[in-house]
Amino acid sequence: MKGMTIIVKTIASWIKVLVFLFGIYIILFGHLTPGGGFAGGVILAGSYILLLLAFGKEYAEENLPISLASKLDCIAAFLFIALALCGFIYGAGFFFYNFIQQKFLVEYESAGELVSAGAIPLYNIFIGIKVAASLFLVTLVLSAFRLESQE
Amino acid sequence: MLYSLCFLLFMIGLYCVLVKKNMIKIVIGILLMEYAVNLFLVMLGWRKLAEEAVAPIAAGGDLLDKAGTVSQLFVSRAVDPLPQALVLTSIVIGLGSLALMVAICIRIYEKYGTFDITKIRRLKG
Amino acid sequence: MSIPLPLFIALPLASAFLLPLCGKKFKGFASLAATVVIAVLLVMSILSFGRFDVYIVGRWTIPLGINLVLDGLSALMLATISTVSFTAMLFSNRYMEQYTSKNKYLSLFLLMVTGMNGVVLSGDIFNLFVFLEIASIASYALVGFGCEHEELEAAFKYMTLGTVASMFVLFGVGVVYGNTGSLNMAVISRYVAENGINTGLAFALALFTTGFGLKAALVPFHAWLPDAHPSAPAPISAMLSGVLIKALGIYSLSRVIFNVLGISVQISWVLIALGVLSMVIGVFLAVGQWDFKRLLAYHSISQMGYVILGIGMAALILSNGGNPAWASLALLGGLFHLMNHAVFKSLLFLTSGSVEMSTGTRQLKELGGLAERLPVTRSTCTIASAAIAGVPPFNGFWSKLILVIAAVQAGLYGLAAVTVLVSIVTLISFLKVQRYVFLGELPENLKSTAEHRGLMACAMILLAILCVFMGALVIYEPFRVVVLDNAVNALSDGFAYAGKVLSAQILTGQ
Repeated sequence: MKGMTIIVKTIASWIKVLVFLFGIYIILFGHLTPGGGFAGGVILAGSYILLLLAFGKEYAEENLPISLASKLDCIAAFLFIALALCGFIYGAGFFFYNFIQQKFLVEYESAGELVSAGAIPLYNIFIGIKVAASLFLVTLVLSAFRLESQE
Repeated sequence: MLYSLCFLLFMIGLYCVLVKKNMIKIVIGILLMEYAVNLFLVMLGWRKLAEEAVAPIAAGGDLLDKAGTVSQLFVSRAVDPLPQALVLTSIVIGLGSLALMVAICIRIYEKYGTFDITKIRRLKG
Repeated sequence: MSIPLPLFIALPLASAFLLPLCGKKFKGFASLAATVVIAVLLVMSILSFGRFDVYIVGRWTIPLGINLVLDGLSALMLATISTVSFTAMLFSNRYMEQYTSKNKYLSLFLLMVTGMNGVVLSGDIFNLFVFLEIASIASYALVGFGCEHEELEAAFKYMTLGTVASMFVLFGVGVVYGNTGSLNMAVISRYVAENGINTGLAFALALFTTGFGLKAALVPFHAWLPDAHPSAPAPISAMLSGVLIKALGIYSLSRVIFNVLGISVQISWVLIALGVLSMVIGVFLAVGQWDFKRLLAYHSISQMGYVILGIGMAALILSNGGNPAWASLALLGGLFHLMNHAVFKSLLFLTSGSVEMSTGTRQLKELGGLAERLPVTRSTCTIASAAIAGVPPFNGFWSKLILVIAAVQAGLYGLAAVTVLVSIVTLISFLKVQRYVFLGELPENLKSTAEHRGLMACAMILLAILCVFMGALVIYEPFRVVVLDNAVNALSDGFAYAGKVLSAQILTGQ
């Protein structure tokens, strides 16, 4: 697949950065506004899927190789569980205990600010990476099916 | 009354799954059932008030009182956030199963060359 | 020190995500690590017998947060899941070398174990749905793992009906939340105990019965099982038939009916009808089969009927105000048969995998005379066939005997007669298996068949030993008190579940 016309390619190359940034914003502000890890991750994956549609499969794979994406997928999921386990270790035996908030940010009155809510933004970031990587992989693999059967 | 309309939508999805012969239409039927359930869950959180209800987001604005905690006004007017969390989770699960289902459909099309389930019958007995 | 409950879920989940990173260089390492993880789970689950524990996740107390509950029934299910998955994992170390991408297989296998452990530990009804979906989606992928015509067709069928079942369960969860305002099983249970069951909750009960009945493949909902279970690789068939339909179907159904929404005469007759239909129709469909694994799959439906029959009889006696001792006996028979079925049915599926791997076919008519060629497979298969048919020294006999005694004591003579009749038909169909696979003439093209020894034989022998000695769980008093009586009490307590969980969480929440 060679990709689409020059108009689509140009517009896509402008928009992809904006979409990517918007995804990062949604993930980072997940604990304050609607959105969060999953929604932001879908938007991040959307920027890569835009590349896939406009420039073709090879270009998208150069930007985010399949091996890297699947590694990111696994590592992010593992880090999520590891963070929950940290809550277990630091929080007197409670899984998913928000130990950062209770240990380090106790004195810091910060409701409504970016640095607040302890471990929740970290969970959001890991989930965002995981969702972005796996959704990108799903789209890539499904589109690869179609290419094989056309040949 | 509105809830029974959700159930009607659910039943339309079930009808689609049971009657249609095209695999893609069966997948669409399953999605229809899923959205009926999601709609039902969102509607559970709806509340009828004299004043307008607000989204359950306590970020800034006049809904926070001076100490930074959530005000009583907000508590009395916000809709129930739990069904929304449930819907988000069920959407994520639905995405996972949809991806797997579509992948299986494509693989079956490669092997059998058709989407018609009446022609895909190797298993019998 | 007691084992923290989330480890049952976190350990297989973390390793499921780490194993794909191992790559091709450490191929042996990945399967070794997976086996070690499952072995650790086995030890942990055996240590958890006799405990009652409530774990509140993230230090959020019950009406707010999610909780995990370990009671007698959960401990019994955990031990069953770990035993079967351990032997299946031993078996698959060699068996899965026929397939490519073993790391992905291990990852999916561990995800399925995660989901089942989560289902039996969860004390929150929506959390139960989430874990149910994790286990189901992993099993859909595993059924279609071979990517051949039959596997894909079976996977699509299984997936369609499985997803419909999940939607029914989710709808039921929504209705329960709308009527009681809570998702926690203990809080719902207390609400129902105080206010009684209303129309909405009865509707939810119908939705749950349909959804979990589809997952458990009880007879009106059984269409997917005879396709899905034979198409999967043999260790996965053992897992699906051995524990998945029990953890996702029977466990969830009995937990919701007994502890959360409460038993009534109507729902007990529904359960008994489902049980009798599954027993009779399943076994008569099984007799006519000529595909080894398909025959076993139909027997799974029939044996699940026994379990549901025992549970339904107990519910009938309890809701009619009969003698609680008879109800406990019926429950004991049902739950013990659940454990026994997990052991002998997974053993039968493993032997069918061994036969298929050695000969390349599973059509009974093409096999024959393999008794000398496959000695280990033959002897273990004979033990398992005797156990499933209820021949005296083996474990299947004891549970069927208890079920018959319970039915007679409750005055349900017809059910007792059906139980015995189905058992005889089961014996006939397994005599057919013995006759066509291991006895008779050895076909010319199978002269050079050799058995795969090592871990595969080890797994089969382990399960066969369990088959022989599991009768001790009923006969030997201390074992019975710890393993079975706790599980029976967990169900027959009914709404007392709420009080136990809520008072236990006050202790742990400090």
